[in-house]
Amino acid sequence: MAKVIIIGGGPAGCEAAHQLANQGIEVELVEKSNETGGNLNNWYQLFPDRKYAKDLNAILKGHLEHPNIRLHLGMEPKKIEKSKTGKFNVPLTDGSLLEGDSLLVATGFKIFDARRKEEYGYGIYENVITSVELENMFYNHAITTAGGNTPKRVGIIHCVGSRDEKVCNYHCSKLCCITGVKQAIEIRELLPEAEIFCFYMDMRMFGPGYEEMYREAQEKYNIKFIRGRLSEAAENMQKQLQIKVEDTLVGKPLRMTLDMMILLVGMESSEGTRQTAGELGLNLAPNGFIQPQDPHYRNNFTNVEGVFVAGCGSAPMNLTDTLADARSAASCITAYVKNHKI
Amino acid sequence: MNLEGKQQIWNDYQKEIADDHYFYARSCIRQTFFPGSEWAYLDIMKNKLGKDVVDDPRHTTCTGIGYHSDIVPAETIMTVVARHFALMTEAGYENMTPSCITSFGIYTEILETWEHHPEIEEKIREYLWKATKREFNKPKNLAHTSDIIYKFRNEIATQSKYKLVNVHTGRPLRGVDHIGCHYSKMFPTKGIGGAEFPAVLSGLIYAWGGDVIDYPERRHCCGFGFRQYLVMANRGYSVANSKKKFESMQPYQPDFIVANCPGCAMFMDKWQYTISEMEGTTYGQDGYGIPVLTYEELSALVLGYDPWEIGLQMHQVSVEPLLDKMGIPYDPEAKYKNVRGENIGAPKCPTYLRVANL
Repeated sequence: MAKVIIIGGGPAGCEAAHQLANQGIEVELVEKSNETGGNLNNWYQLFPDRKYAKDLNAILKGHLEHPNIRLHLGMEPKKIEKSKTGKFNVPLTDGSLLEGDSLLVATGFKIFDARRKEEYGYGIYENVITSVELENMFYNHAITTAGGNTPKRVGIIHCVGSRDEKVCNYHCSKLCCITGVKQAIEIRELLPEAEIFCFYMDMRMFGPGYEEMYREAQEKYNIKFIRGRLSEAAENMQKQLQIKVEDTLVGKPLRMTLDMMILLVGMESSEGTRQTAGELGLNLAPNGFIQPQDPHYRNNFTNVEGVFVAGCGSAPMNLTDTLADARSAASCITAYVKNHKI
Repeated sequence: MNLEGKQQIWNDYQKEIADDHYFYARSCIRQTFFPGSEWAYLDIMKNKLGKDVVDDPRHTTCTGIGYHSDIVPAETIMTVVARHFALMTEAGYENMTPSCITSFGIYTEILETWEHHPEIEEKIREYLWKATKREFNKPKNLAHTSDIIYKFRNEIATQSKYKLVNVHTGRPLRGVDHIGCHYSKMFPTKGIGGAEFPAVLSGLIYAWGGDVIDYPERRHCCGFGFRQYLVMANRGYSVANSKKKFESMQPYQPDFIVANCPGCAMFMDKWQYTISEMEGTTYGQDGYGIPVLTYEELSALVLGYDPWEIGLQMHQVSVEPLLDKMGIPYDPEAKYKNVRGENIGAPKCPTYLRVANL
């Protein structure tokens, strides 16, 4: 029976494992954390249908209970080698050795470290938080400032670490716009009296239902969207944030005081992605993600034969696209092992 | 405010600063408005820290004000700066230390330009040779003089006679650190602590026992902004910017402001008088303004220099409230006398801004 090693147990790795197992292929799924799900574990509800992330996670985890799948939790590859015969050898940190006929890189993304946008004061001003930390507040059904007060005015800052030459990230993380819309609605539900502002460069509503959600946020939930990039934030004596931003539609600078500021942190290629790419000699795109062979019809193929990529290891993508990409990769790998008569 | 977050940024932005043998480049504004300040710096460096500093009388303006006002072309200012480097080279020095933040920004910008465009450097070398028959080496180390004081802040603390502590209450004095825009906003990696949370002056305040005020408009320009001030019709912008800062810092009740840019020190000092005359508003305690010091003056006070010897009577805002808090003795009668004891005349008393001993 053909065997495939999957590096990364996030949504892409889990879905690909499930699809491959159903095709009668043995799967060795390696995940460095002690549970699968990756960044999905940090999310409360998903856009656009407000599905609970834990429900989707449960489905993906349930699929792993398959006789063809062996799960290696809390393990990392010590190295990844491709032999002359085209087999892949992956010794793990527990001393075991995996062998596979093909390898799928599903190492996902990492969240942009908001401290790199020094002028926003994350890690210094106590009421500046990231969109990931906000999801944790949603879990607890309580949004409070660091001082324990209910915020009266909340600002959501888009494109933090994305499309920003200053932090050397030219790429768009795609998801932050719709995440901002979703989170603004969730804040409104918890804080009916609060003023909620989104500061954006463009609103990129690319997915089905996204534009409708954006419209609803304005019309039904009274979220105010201001086109303009934040230039700086500072803290006042009340621990509020004084922000400076330009309203580029009105063409005027704007100064505002917020009780809480949320940074919609973007996506960068993960350490796992870069490390795996380095060991296997995979080409990286200028944005640091793995470069597929072709963006249209060989988007799961890499420059190394037998090595495939799925999910956010190759580009920022939403969960819908990630899962579709994983199924696409599984299909490519199935064809690969059949063609090689493995 | 999470100090650890700031300290992480401070660690990220450190720079190499030479240990000794400095070529000093004076500032047009500083030596005009705060003449004792540059004298104090040189005296501290030579006689307190035992450092070798060359103060070459042939050094000229860098023409930065003219450059930023679109009067002096880029090639001209580069050639003038090339001459400064030639003077440094002829003196046998490699470490350039400008007193002016504008000059520091100019030097940095020019060296960066030459780094990326060697053909421009070659052209400037040719211009300098044609004009003066001089040649030059680029400095091995470029540091603003506030960087130098920062480097030796702990040595100064060891020799200090006074702390930035209120002798009456025992509490640390609260200082506003104002960083010149051209220190690190153009090239964050060239400044200690970077552009957003610079440590070059706050480091001095902490080292000498004080506390630093982090107020909302901390990063804002003092209002100098060459075109704002030099064009009379725009001068209101300049005052408005300073006013914005004073209003933002006043609730924190600062005991003093320290600046590393001579322009900032001048405007934050003098505009307090202007605003008081325009609006009747003062920002210090009991009708006084908030004392504004250059970092050299602050260093000198800590080290026990006589306030009038370092020229603090040249300030618009009275420094006496700060001297009283620090427990520094001074002779009120000597404030407006020169070194020979002759009366140099007292300024007119402002309408609203309180001035000590007037």
